[in-house]
Order: sequence, then structure tokens, then C-alpha cells
Amino acid sequence: MSLEVEARHRIGSFTIDAAFQSGGGVTALFGRSGSGKTSLVNIIAGLLRPDRGRIVLGGELIADSERKVFTPVHRRRFGYVFQESRLFPHLSVRKNLAYGRWFAGVGRSSAEFARVVEMLGIGHLLDRRPSTLSGGERQRVALGRALLAAPRLLLMDEPLAALDEARKAEILPYLERLRDEAGIPIVYVSHNLAEVTRLAQHVIMVENGRVKASGATAAILSQSTASLPRREAGALIEGLVELHDDAHHLTLVRAGECLFHIPHVFAPTGHALRLYIAARDVMLATTRPQEISALNVLSGTIIDLSPAHEGSVDVRVACGGNIILARITTLSREALRLEPGRPVHAIVKTVALGY
Amino acid sequence: MALSDAEWTAIRLSLRVAAVAMFFSLPLALAVAMALARGRFWGKSLLNGLVHMPLILPPVVTGFLLLLLFGRRGPIGAFLAEYLGLVFSFRWTGAALAAAVMGFPLMVRSIRLSIEAVDRKLESAAATLGAGPAWIFLTVTLPLILPGILAGMVLSFAKSMGEFGATITFVSNIPGETQTLSLAIYSLTQVPGGDAGAMRLTVISITVSMAALMFSEFLAAAATKRMVAA
Repeated sequence: MSLEVEARHRIGSFTIDAAFQSGGGVTALFGRSGSGKTSLVNIIAGLLRPDRGRIVLGGELIADSERKVFTPVHRRRFGYVFQESRLFPHLSVRKNLAYGRWFAGVGRSSAEFARVVEMLGIGHLLDRRPSTLSGGERQRVALGRALLAAPRLLLMDEPLAALDEARKAEILPYLERLRDEAGIPIVYVSHNLAEVTRLAQHVIMVENGRVKASGATAAILSQSTASLPRREAGALIEGLVELHDDAHHLTLVRAGECLFHIPHVFAPTGHALRLYIAARDVMLATTRPQEISALNVLSGTIIDLSPAHEGSVDVRVACGGNIILARITTLSREALRLEPGRPVHAIVKTVALGY
Repeated sequence: MALSDAEWTAIRLSLRVAAVAMFFSLPLALAVAMALARGRFWGKSLLNGLVHMPLILPPVVTGFLLLLLFGRRGPIGAFLAEYLGLVFSFRWTGAALAAAVMGFPLMVRSIRLSIEAVDRKLESAAATLGAGPAWIFLTVTLPLILPGILAGMVLSFAKSMGEFGATITFVSNIPGETQTLSLAIYSLTQVPGGDAGAMRLTVISITVSMAALMFSEFLAAAATKRMVAA
């Protein structure tokens, strides 16, 4: 199901003027905080009425300021998972989950309820009050509540932002299952590249209320262009889960001829996984380092080097069918005499690959 | 502490007047509180001032205004008597009206504060789950402000129990019809040997007011607990 969004809206001195399309799957709205991502999602949800705008979902006109069409929020059936879970404090978890079912006219299909509860692992929380839940539990309940309202589109506004790393790692697998099983188009707002890399098929880069670039995740993230904040430049690696090392809480991911050690993820063997390796987390060595704690030492050949910028350069290295980006200082470039064609070893710490 | 029949009559009348005043002013107070908390309209500060008027004006003035408006010859009083058969002047209904007017600002204030404390983000979350405005009010807003409503009702009730000035000015002091607890105490203090009776009624008055106040505090505490958004 395709989604088309066009919006123009002024909030004080800030202007949103954005248009994008998504062909289903997970579309990430990526940009730093304050770039207008949340306002854009609120416009899609109908919580914010833009000065001018148009929203079409699967051929159905949801809103069009030109033609004076505006479907109110409660008739859109767009699920929304907010940054703060927004669970109803006066209702139990069970009633929170059931809240949207009745309005959606899907009744009390207990099979669906049981399926979502099982998928999110919240069966033991049903009779608790939201105030007694941890942040991760609340977000899972909020996700379940949105899903059980049988939405046609799921909007998620930084659903993991309020959580610490451990809680994020706990929820990400559920989001992946959701993406793979639910078949509902998802618009996912985030300023976290690792999240976007792992979840999204399409990325829309938002800056100052405008769309700066959009396209397939791999294409957007592998261009070390001006579209990404310089700090975030890196390389996208697409691989398959090869095996889990439960003893050391690691997962091995095969990409081309390389085998990456990453912190343990909940994914079956053979599951496709995308990794984002930030250029600032990659070291280069001209001889193979011995006795080093980093688990990922990949031999490769330098493709090219970017011009120096504030004392650092980005080096593209071809490693067994992957391209890895390393950000090093110009001093290192001179000391190691790095130039295109030179064989090097790229070194990435496993812990830098966590989510 | 045996009470005389006259004293019992005054107590029963007071309870009835206070209960009627509380229940009948509730829907209007809820609507006004909602308008003041959420509405954006011309004359909002005027409405706010009008609602709070009975709190600031001398009760005698409020009673006199009620007499002018709701008396038998008053514009509203004459209309209501003619078409609805509803007479206020020198009846217990008038005492209830006076009590309702005097308690109204307290009730509106309490409800308004609880409405303002509601996290509106919860309401927009309900909307994304398919609830229309009426359902949002019934299933989210109302349950969240319920403690505030109850506290407002208690305050209005307590105020009605103690109302004196507006009542005596508007509907006079007729035993068995408009002589509420406060008026009965006043009357007893005016006659020789009435001190014992006045004392008995005073104790009852203190007990009822204290209980109401503590109940209200309890509800306010429950409200705060409930408002802690998840």
C-alpha cells in the first residue's frame, strides 16, 4: 500500500514544506531533533492540520486542503506509537490494549488479541496498571494497543528514544517481527542511524522541515554525501545471520566474504540483517594486528580517499565484497602512506556495532 | 445530646437543600469549567468573573440580586412561576438556589483545575485509536477528572450547609421551609435560653463541615495520584 504525503505548514518562524512517497514496508523519517519529523507525522495522523497539504493512502484521499477534504483523526485508523507511551493511567494494561478494538469494529477477536500479546511478550502484564510498568514494557504495550486497533498505517515517533540501550535491544526484535509479519506500512521517525539501518527499507532525510534526500536505505546510507550529517557518515553492510555464540552473547553475520562479530541479536539463522558501521568507529592498519581485542579485522584494498576536511579524511576500503568507510586523521594518512590500491586491514570493535 | 423536633427539621432541611443545590449545579458547573479550561471565545474573562462573583460579593448583595431576579415579580422568577410552576421566593427551593449560586464558584474551580491537569496527549492518543470527541470525553477525560468533580461536589455541599447571608436575604428565615442549620443557630442565639440548642447545632455543623473537608482532601489526593501520567 502506497502513501503519498505533501504538507506545507508554518509554526512561528519554522516552516515545514515536505513531500514524499513510500511504497509500503518501513519508511524512516530521519533527521536531527527539531527538524520537523514529529510535526510531519502529526500531520499524517491528522493531529496537526497543515496550512496546505495532501495525504493519500493506497489510492484513498485522506486529506486535501485544495479540495477541502479532511478526515478527522479518529476516522483515519492510523495507529500511532508515541515517544512517551501515552497509556491511559486509569485503565489496566488489558483495557489499554482493548481500547481501540471496539472503535475499529473488530470486536473481541480473542485470537488476534492473544497473537499480539504473545508477539510482544506482555501476557504477564495484562492485569497491571501502566504506572507500575518499566519504560520498555510500556512501549511494548503502547505498540500492542496501536496494533490491536487494526490500523491501515502505523506511525511511530521515536518509540525507542526514551529507553536505554538494554531496553532498545529488547524492543527492536519485536519491531522487526512486526515489519516482517504484520504487512502494515510503517512510518518510523528516528534520529538514530542504527535503528533506521536495521528497520527501514526506505529513508527520507528531513532537515529544517524539508526533505533533503529520499530513497532505498542502502542507497541513501552508503553515499557518503552531504545528505548525512558528517558525524554520521558510514557504510551499510547487508548480511545474513550465520550463527549465534550464546556463550559469549555474540552473533556472527556473513556479508560477502567477511564474517562480522556483532553483539547478540534475536534473529534466526539465515535472517537478513543490515549493519551500519560508522566511519568514526573504523581503524586502519597496514599490517595485520596481533593480540588485539577487536573481533572484526578485515583485509581489503583502499578504493579512494576523500579530500581532507578539518584534519580528517574518509577512506573507502573494499573488503571481500563489501565497502567499508573509515575516518582517519590526515596525520595517520601520511604516517601510513595510504593511497588507492594499497592493501590494508580495517578494524571494527564488536561493541561499536550494538544498537 | 437530644435534639428537639425543630432542630431535626432544620438539619433535614439543610441536608436536602445542600444535596439539591449540589446535584442541580453539577451539569452547569461541568460545562462552565470545560469552557473556562478549554474554550477560546470572546468574553471568557467576563464569564470567569461572573462565576467567581458570589465568592467576592457580600452574600447579602448576592441574596438581594437573587430576590430581584428570581422573586415573584422578578423577570426570571415570574417567567418560571408562570410556565414551569417553579417558585423560589420564600420556599426551600429558593434556599437551594441561593446555596447553589454560592457554592458554584467552588465547584467550577475544583473541576476546572482537574480538567487543566489532564494530559491532553492522552486524548489525542485516544483519537488515534478511533475514539471520537464524545467518546474521548466519556472514556478518558471524565474518568481522569472524576476525583476533581467529586471534590467540587463536596465543597459545594459544605458551602451549602453553611450558607447564611444570601439565603436569609432571598428567602427569609421560615422554620420548616427555609430555616436551614445556620439560620436556626442564628435564631436560637436571638432568644433567651437558646444557647444550648445553638451549641448542639454548632457541634453538628462542625462535624459535617469537617467531614466534608477531609473527604474533599482525600479525593484531591486521589486525583493527584491518578494524574501521574504513565
